[in-house]
Amino acid sequence: MSSYVIRRLLQGAGLLLLVSMIGFAILHLAPGGPLSQFAAGGDMTQEDLDRVAAQLGLDRPLPIQYLDWLWRMLQGDWGLSYRDQQPVLSVIGSHLGATLELMLTSTLLAMMIGAWVGILGAIRRYSLFDGFATIGAMIALSIPTFWFGLVVIYVFSVGLGWLPSGNRYTIGDESLANRVHHLIGPCMVLALVSTAVWSRYMRSSMLDVIHQDYIRTARSKGIPERRILIHHAVRNALLPMITITGLHLPTLLSGALVTETVFTWPGMGRLFLDSINYRDYPVVMGILMFTAVLVLLGSLLADLLYNVADPRLGANAT
Amino acid sequence: MTQTAPRVMQDEEDVLDVRNLGISFRTPAGEIPAVRDVSFRIRRGETLALVGESGSGKSVTSLGILRLTPKPPFCSITGQVLLRGRDGTVRDLASLPEDEMRDVRGRDAAMVFQEPMTSLNPVHRVGDQIAESIRFHEGLSRRAALDKAAGLLDLVGIPDPRRRLGAYPHELSGGMRQRVMIAMALACEPRLLIADEPTTALDVTIQAQILDLLRRLQERTRMAVIFITHNLGVVAEIADRVMVMYSGRVVEQAAVRPLFRSPLMPYTRGLLRSVPRLDFAGLGREPLAAIPGTVPDPLEPPPGCSFGPRCGGFLPGTCDAAVPPLEEARPGHQVRCVRWSALTGEAA
Ligand SMILES: Nc1ncnc2c1ncn2[C@@H]1O[C@H](COP(=O)(O)OP(=O)(O)OP(=O)(O)O)[C@@H](O)[C@H]1O
Ligand code: SF4
Ligand SMILES: [Mg+2]
Repeated sequence: MSSYVIRRLLQGAGLLLLVSMIGFAILHLAPGGPLSQFAAGGDMTQEDLDRVAAQLGLDRPLPIQYLDWLWRMLQGDWGLSYRDQQPVLSVIGSHLGATLELMLTSTLLAMMIGAWVGILGAIRRYSLFDGFATIGAMIALSIPTFWFGLVVIYVFSVGLGWLPSGNRYTIGDESLANRVHHLIGPCMVLALVSTAVWSRYMRSSMLDVIHQDYIRTARSKGIPERRILIHHAVRNALLPMITITGLHLPTLLSGALVTETVFTWPGMGRLFLDSINYRDYPVVMGILMFTAVLVLLGSLLADLLYNVADPRLGANAT
Repeated sequence: MTQTAPRVMQDEEDVLDVRNLGISFRTPAGEIPAVRDVSFRIRRGETLALVGESGSGKSVTSLGILRLTPKPPFCSITGQVLLRGRDGTVRDLASLPEDEMRDVRGRDAAMVFQEPMTSLNPVHRVGDQIAESIRFHEGLSRRAALDKAAGLLDLVGIPDPRRRLGAYPHELSGGMRQRVMIAMALACEPRLLIADEPTTALDVTIQAQILDLLRRLQERTRMAVIFITHNLGVVAEIADRVMVMYSGRVVEQAAVRPLFRSPLMPYTRGLLRSVPRLDFAGLGREPLAAIPGTVPDPLEPPPGCSFGPRCGGFLPGTCDAAVPPLEEARPGHQVRCVRWSALTGEAA
């Protein structure tokens, strides 16, 4: 078990290195740069700009810059934001809570609705409900998140006036009710795709399980149908969902990025886009690495959880 | 085919009385009549063996008795399945409401399946799986039910039963799992046990042990047993009576001895010829004479006798005229063949 974890962590480290190289290259090769921000500010001469570039180390060849960044990173120095000279980690930290809040609530919502829809679709396969659920999931999967976000704002904020159109809370009112009120819109938007994903996988997992021999055995014992469904079928059908949830994490993160932008939600997604616009290299790289670590740990955690949840693997896990 | 005959069994000792059971599946390709006009009775303490080639409808018959076949409209059941419960009341399982059916399953009639590897739920401990039906049928607490489950594991010959309660199915061997399945089926002391090829997936020595176990348990409880198997050697060993099925119909039914000594239906004779005989063992291995040909497509059955295309005694104009009736050739010995007396040289 522990050797497995170590192997996974080593693989993860290799992956992180790759991600950092590609990310660094794309970021620095993209047209424009931090200097154009200063230049746009107006009254800086070319010499001033050159001085700033030298200060930031931007005048060196790209590989050197990368190695320098990597070396500092390995020592735990994530660098300072170009924008406000704050340490990158504390910039990320101050946006992390908002993102986690959004991701966790929408994931919970998606799991509950998605699992329920999937289970019901499986046991009433080809029913009217199943048909609508299937079409609904297809639509949900093909709707662009930003467009759905705009529709939600248009309908519920602009039209009906039921929901705020953005932000985490009204300034000066940080009550739970106010926060929840602000959370509803973005949570709904981010949950859309996850709900569709959950319902589809849950349905197929459930269909797989209800045709297993042990379900017939349970039925032959004369126990109530409800118990067969929950205790025998759903319990087994949920196992693969652990893996699915781990695999879904990157999609969820990119969904969060869009959702946060649409709802001016002060999370990492918005921070990421803002930082790209500002060419705030240290923050962009920091977020990139942070989310990459998050995704890797997430999938590792999913695997470990699976081992715990499935007695067949628990004892003799590789 | 639904009859409104009174729900009476002629004999107090009868546990199950199946009358004109028909089971058909609705598939995209059409209606598949998997079981047609099957009737039999089985008494306390009796073992009825159900034999026949793959696809002859043995499993469907047994699943249909407990209504474990797919729900209507995907599968429809006709006829009567009269079961005498522990309190002596007779109920027709073919028309019983689903919630009453649940009281019957696992309590008055229980089932053991062929595949011990996949028939137990992998995520629950075997103790809980055995205790489950006890809790529901007898209303015992989990602890009391587990106590009883430990006793059952002991009964089916599992050593160290207390500790085994906590085992997961994957931690047990195939033979052990089948013992667990049997313990589970016996949990509420059913009056009828249906065993669908309970030993087919096991290796030979384990097979013998399981058969022995079933026989001992039956002597103890006097339950009626329906034993489904491909293996005629097993039949000779365990059964009192034999019912031979072919493409969904009963084609011969008799007590074990008359059936083995003087089978009347050509199909049964073919089956018996394909059994390895110990008394031939000395004379170089003869290849088993499997019956040539294959089981007919249930969607396009041949006219008349469904065994006709594979039968050595087939007589055009006679055998393919109509489906032969099930005829009482001798007392207690039924056969579905219009030419049995001509072929065996016996007077009808
Ligand atoms: N769920 C189902 N849907 C459609 N047809 C089915 C279904 N279950 C069984 N059948 C059909 O019923 C017929 C009898 O099958 P059954 O399983 O009873 O055979 P069997 O005698 O038990 O054979 P085996 O020895 O292989 O177990 C087969 O032709 C099969 O195709
Ligand atoms: S009825 Fe004819 S074809 Fe059918 S088993 Fe008898 S002899 Fe053979
Ligand atoms: Mg079968």
